Amino acid sequence: MATHEVTFPITDEQEILKLRAGDEVVVQGHIIGIRDRTQIRIFDQGVEPPMDLRGAFLLHTAPGVRKRDDGGYDKVCIGTTTSARMVRFTEPLGAQYGVRAICGKGGFPDEAIEPMHRLGMVYFAIVGGAAALETTQIEEIEEVAWEELMPECLWKFRVKDFGPLTVGIDAHGNSLYHDVQARAQDKLKELYARL
Amino acid sequence: MLQPPQVASDLQHAVEDAAAHLYVWALKDIPQDLRDALAAARERETSVPGRRVLETIHRNINVADSERNLVCQDTGIAVYHAKVGEHFPLHPSRIYEALRDGTARATVEHPLRSNAVHTITRENTGPNIGYRLPIVHWDFVPDWDGLDVKCVPKGSGSENMSFLKMCVPADGVRGIKEFVLESIVGAGGKPCPPGIVGVGIGGSADYAMYLAKEAIMRPIGTRNPDPLVAELEDELYGLLNETGIGPMGLGGDVTVLNCHIEHADTHMTLNPVAVNYQCWAARRASAHIHADGAIDYDREA
Repeated sequence: MATHEVTFPITDEQEILKLRAGDEVVVQGHIIGIRDRTQIRIFDQGVEPPMDLRGAFLLHTAPGVRKRDDGGYDKVCIGTTTSARMVRFTEPLGAQYGVRAICGKGGFPDEAIEPMHRLGMVYFAIVGGAAALETTQIEEIEEVAWEELMPECLWKFRVKDFGPLTVGIDAHGNSLYHDVQARAQDKLKELYARL
Repeated sequence: MLQPPQVASDLQHAVEDAAAHLYVWALKDIPQDLRDALAAARERETSVPGRRVLETIHRNINVADSERNLVCQDTGIAVYHAKVGEHFPLHPSRIYEALRDGTARATVEHPLRSNAVHTITRENTGPNIGYRLPIVHWDFVPDWDGLDVKCVPKGSGSENMSFLKMCVPADGVRGIKEFVLESIVGAGGKPCPPGIVGVGIGGSADYAMYLAKEAIMRPIGTRNPDPLVAELEDELYGLLNETGIGPMGLGGDVTVLNCHIEHADTHMTLNPVAVNYQCWAARRASAHIHADGAIDYDREA
């Protein structure tokens, strides 16, 4: 299992294709925070997102923040939420907006494997709940759009050494979650037989 | 003429202070028994992604300590356990007000992310309070004048992984074991494993789930006083760690930190089993409040 450093937004798709399920990744550059209501607005209500998502790294988050007098936001505690609720947005995020990486916790079900393979996308697993550490790796909240959805806005964060992340689903059709679940289902049969 | 209830009012403020402190304390400083369990998990885990997860959890706890930040951004739904002595001089209706007001105060003053929404409109209802929020589990103790309060902020990632099955008596204990195993395997990485699996058995459908929540509030690795139930806790703890789900569902040896079971006697025709999951950041903090308003905080209860 290799270790990589990747800067987002990416411009060279080889950067995504070299990542394999199980690899460790540390991220630099800019990432975009997004959550349920943000994606419902884009895809179910048909509102164009006011940020460029080409080559983007999306983080499933609803950050804890403090509003400054100048209208900007300071971070308080920024962590990551369960991804599985938002799996249906994977295909349109890649096909319509060119998103290349989605990061969250708990994994995506198998329906994400095919679009990620076809569109050259990856799913990064972060450690859910490890928000104190994650907050130190976010240097600044640079932009916020759709503040009325607070805290489920569109957030642009500048990050440094964001991770370590694990490639949960790669762009070659491999998913750690699928493999772990398949082995666990076999194991359950064995455990039931012992009860 | 009756005097205004000055003592009760001061006591209500003391309980409010305790609640405000407990909520933030629980979110920032996880108990030693949990730190020890996570350290042991880190030693034991052999999978590469699993070790990476447990190492990151270890770094995260240290950063939360040094930065005085929250361990996890999900400030949860505020759940309290209140054990009220028969002679504690504040009525539970006022204790509830104090717990609610303390939750709101902590949320505003810190500030903490507010998660409470109306369940239909999804609009925010206030600083982590709302209709029937926070949630309080009550116990009443005869011949005592104290109050024990435990705050357990419950994250949604793990709460969403709650399961109930009305097994039939013919399913027996085997049915209980199979349901717990199938639930935790099905939950995969979503509830932030490795955590505490709370199981409630017996009673009624609603009471089984209530008991499952009680189970996750216990200090980690404690055992049910009924030896039959304690034996089931040990067995399920072992079996769950054979499933290979691993830390954050990425595969590995450590799927759960422990399994706690609470039980109630039930109807001859019922065999309910409820599962409530508590994530690795199994936050809790307690206080003993004396009848005179003095507060002793307790990290380990």
